[in-house]
Amino acid sequence: MLKCIRTVQWLSLFLLATFNSAWAAGGGGAAAIVIVADTRYLSGMQLAWASLYNESHAYFTLLTVILIPVIGLIFGVLADIVMKHIGIDLSSRELSEH
Amino acid sequence: MEWLYVLMPIAGVKIFWPGLIILGIGVGIIGGFFGMGGAWMVTPGLNILGFPMAFAIGTDIAHMAGKSLISTMRHGKFGNVDYKLGLIMLVGTIVGFEVGAQMIMWLERLGNVEITVRYLYLVLLTFIAWMVFTDVKKKYDKERQAKQAGQDVDKLATGLEWHKTFQKIKIPPMIHLHTAQIYCSAWLPIFVSFLTGWLAGILGIGGGLIRMPALIYVLGCPTHVAVGTDLFEVMISGLYGAATYTFKGRTELVAAIIMLVGAAIGAQIGTVATKYIKGYGIRIAFGIAVVGCSLSIVLKLFATHFPVYKIICDNISTVLILGVVSSLSVYIFVRMIQGAKQEIASKKKTL
Repeated sequence: MLKCIRTVQWLSLFLLATFNSAWAAGGGGAAAIVIVADTRYLSGMQLAWASLYNESHAYFTLLTVILIPVIGLIFGVLADIVMKHIGIDLSSRELSEH
Repeated sequence: MEWLYVLMPIAGVKIFWPGLIILGIGVGIIGGFFGMGGAWMVTPGLNILGFPMAFAIGTDIAHMAGKSLISTMRHGKFGNVDYKLGLIMLVGTIVGFEVGAQMIMWLERLGNVEITVRYLYLVLLTFIAWMVFTDVKKKYDKERQAKQAGQDVDKLATGLEWHKTFQKIKIPPMIHLHTAQIYCSAWLPIFVSFLTGWLAGILGIGGGLIRMPALIYVLGCPTHVAVGTDLFEVMISGLYGAATYTFKGRTELVAAIIMLVGAAIGAQIGTVATKYIKGYGIRIAFGIAVVGCSLSIVLKLFATHFPVYKIICDNISTVLILGVVSSLSVYIFVRMIQGAKQEIASKKKTL
């Protein structure tokens, strides 16, 4: 019973967090497709990124396709280190059934 | 509270970044656990956060590639990925997807196909849900009968056994898929992948929702291998999708990276949870996700027929999807923590 109550409490908390964050965000109103990105209010990395988009969609695409797996790999390895530190065996699975 | 919002350089909208991380965690858990990209959950979520629809789809696909890579790596180490099967299926998936996409464009020229596609999607999801729960019921019946007879039921036993009939088709060349423990005609996975790819192309979805049950019920893959192999396919198709959508200017990399922070954690949780949950536990949870998805489509169809209720139906549909995603994420997270606690405790005992 106690387990049940705890699960419901977790669930409520998570639902609240998800819905609140979603509604707090509000709705966007930008154009469906942006041909030229507006760089007037950007600076630093964001400016460089938007400028690259404006200069060449091909380079922008190439860099995105390279960056996504690389970043995924970095985050994945970091999460691995944390989980191994906790003490979870991440190299084998004992269950073997359909 | 300005610091909670980040300006997206391409889309030009300000987005609530903690929302992106939470969404990433949720979809990472579910994707890693069920072996799917989860576009049906992320796209409405991103849209609520303020993304224009065109950017929501592209950004979702871009983050999907990174997230699936993390999950595939982990599933690969658990021995859940049949790379040979994945590569064979990739050919059929791509060809099938292109045929489906071309067919839908041709149908669009003939008239409005949106409602027809939604009905087709609904029929398909209802069939998948029926298949999953019939399978679960049959498995429990077998277990109960075995218990009454005082016997142990084979741990490899399944409820529905359609795959045994399909595997009897001996059209050469025959192939041995070692990880999935399947010996069948090479045409079987090619046909299955073509069919699932074609359906995905017609429905405009990634296909994980159809491919995962097809791998289990038609090919006869163990649940964990179906999940891992499907993720391998999602990873490759996600990269291809990311390239095409980015070239069309519909991807917001900043948002995809923020989502990846959450998805990296979520994908690890979802994948590691498969260590502690039996195959049939995964199938039941998957069935619930499919039912949630079907209900949201019913609401959208209702809104199409009764436009007066459109806003209410759309809101209920979004809340329903987010509710299903949140509930399943919490369930998987709790089971993962419980399993990890037991594993750590047993390790300490043996020391």
